[in-house]
Amino acid sequence: MLSIRNLHASVDDKAILNGLSLEVRPGEVHAIMGPNGSGKSTTGHVLSGRPGYEATAGSVEFLGRDLLEMDTEERAREGLFLAFQYPVEIPGVSNMEFLKAALDAQREHRGESPLDAVSFMKKARDICKAVNLDQSFLKRGVNEGFSGGEKKRNEIMQMMLLEPKLAILDETDSGLDIDALQVVAQGVNALRNPERAFIVITHYQRLLDYIVPDYVHVLAGGRIIKSGDKSLALELEEKGYGWLEDEAV
Amino acid sequence: MTQVLQQLTGIRPQSSGWLHSLNEAGAAVVRNAVWPTRKTEQWKYTSLRALEQMDYLGARGQIPDDLTGMAKLCSVDNLDTYKIVFVNGSYCAALSSVESLEANVDLVTFADADTQQIVRIRESLGSVVESDQHLFAAVNNQLLDDGVFLRVGKNVQLKKPVQVVWLTSGSEIPFHIPQRFLMVLEANASASAVEHFISDGESQACFTHGVTEIRLADGARCNHYRLHLEAPGALHVGGVYAALDANSRFDSFHLALGGALKRIDVVVNHNGPGADCVLNGVYLPRENQQVDYHTCIEHRVPHCTTQETFRGIVADSAKAVFNGRIHIHPDAQKTLARLSNKNLLLSDKAEVDTKPELEIYADDVQCAHGATVAKLDANALHYFRTRGVSQREAEVMLSFGFINELIDKLAQPALVHYLRPVLTQWFARDPSLVRHLLDAQEQV
Repeated sequence: MLSIRNLHASVDDKAILNGLSLEVRPGEVHAIMGPNGSGKSTTGHVLSGRPGYEATAGSVEFLGRDLLEMDTEERAREGLFLAFQYPVEIPGVSNMEFLKAALDAQREHRGESPLDAVSFMKKARDICKAVNLDQSFLKRGVNEGFSGGEKKRNEIMQMMLLEPKLAILDETDSGLDIDALQVVAQGVNALRNPERAFIVITHYQRLLDYIVPDYVHVLAGGRIIKSGDKSLALELEEKGYGWLEDEAV
Repeated sequence: MTQVLQQLTGIRPQSSGWLHSLNEAGAAVVRNAVWPTRKTEQWKYTSLRALEQMDYLGARGQIPDDLTGMAKLCSVDNLDTYKIVFVNGSYCAALSSVESLEANVDLVTFADADTQQIVRIRESLGSVVESDQHLFAAVNNQLLDDGVFLRVGKNVQLKKPVQVVWLTSGSEIPFHIPQRFLMVLEANASASAVEHFISDGESQACFTHGVTEIRLADGARCNHYRLHLEAPGALHVGGVYAALDANSRFDSFHLALGGALKRIDVVVNHNGPGADCVLNGVYLPRENQQVDYHTCIEHRVPHCTTQETFRGIVADSAKAVFNGRIHIHPDAQKTLARLSNKNLLLSDKAEVDTKPELEIYADDVQCAHGATVAKLDANALHYFRTRGVSQREAEVMLSFGFINELIDKLAQPALVHYLRPVLTQWFARDPSLVRHLLDAQEQV
């Protein structure tokens, strides 16, 4: 589904990713862990096409197409979703308008007609409930005045509505209390199926108790220095990252 | 340059009746006036060239024989109002409807006022605006022959909003419109008023000089909306002048689409302690249009508050001017005043000249002001696009969101409903890009 090969990327001419390679197949959940500054969030941004994050070498193939050649919106319409670490506040545009615009754009891309207002509202209310947000959040400005946890749940709500083929969760667990963490995990687990894959970027092993990964990778210095199964996350929790970085030198 | 003034000097007073003395007084100010140029501080960024190019003052407009379609232009869905309509500056009874007015309320045109109403009008007309400070108010005084008078008696809560429509239609001959509205709310009265400026079609050759005076007695409450939706060719230089007595509240919303000349002054006088003013505005010039808002809040007494927020979106090679002055007099202790002006430039050729001015002569006050000029937020645009929304639709939705924060707050939901399609289409020339903004409205 996603093949990242020897990816190098820089931000403001500073090299952040230095030969990242990762293979994600349908149905898999990959966790990416690593110390601060190792390039975890940059990976998400480069894959989403964020301006200023430039791939300087290597390739990324998504569902058989060259991802780096595609515009941001096209990547999304093809089924790539990034849950932001810091979701953006957009006062004056309601969550509902935002969600409808996103869903319609994606349906149109797939040759489907836009959902009628009634069906859309039903769907929106259902997922709002699923992530434990009050219905009033649909009418409020996108993320406007939301708490940290509410913003993260709003990201999960968008993911559930858009039903992406590949979802990247960028530190969705940071700043969440245990209840919100479970809501996020339930959202992900509800969407898990043999056709859909997830990349979960996280600092903490805790999230992986709820979203059980098939693979755990450790990112350091802009590339993956170790991969393993879920037991690697437990080992990291116990020993930290130092031993791996020493090993990698 | 001064040909407009010369022409004015030659115009005899318009009214032989009780407005005659006001016409004379206006003429006296105009006679001694100096025509503003770009060197005049108050007119530094706005050119009067459009006004100088045609002979607007030579004629008054006529009500066309065919009023088809005009009733629709004058109505706002789901907003039941007492309605007074002027077409090309003349009162149009056929489009107006003022029925079953509450007791102790006057709502009449100056021409139809009875003896007692004339006495009341003369008590207040010209008492708020300082026409020696505002040339075009003096011009209005000189040329005035009709207007609208609203008085709401003590403790009366007016149930329906008053809507005063100034409709202009196309004409071969340029003409001028003296627009005047006088609103007096007595102690603890409350009322909503919508001043609605609109055009029938694109082709316009008219110049409106307008004065609206609002007097709020102790404890009175007024929701005021002034909507400039005229076509770009309809020139307008006008002003709203309000006087607030103790514990009154003035909530005033302004909106202007751009035009060849559109200059609005808003002056609010806090004359009684505890008065409260909320002043919000939105301006949207595009192509080669301009809009100029000059606001001035006079805090003369203690314990008054002002919250002022103006936002503008300037597209193409259009130009916006915002000058927001807050003047805190030495006696105005415990004043709370905030002024914010934010601008969004959609093109490299768009221009905004913004100048917030705080002048403070009291020492125990809380004041803040700020102005920003920016482009659309790149992070927000990216966020939209990561959800599959196209760059162009994202730009339109973000722009609309920028002004929608003020529109959404309007106390009359029917006006929100009315303005939304007007505004979204104004800066999105491709209707498909505004569908989600209009869709969502239907679900409200």
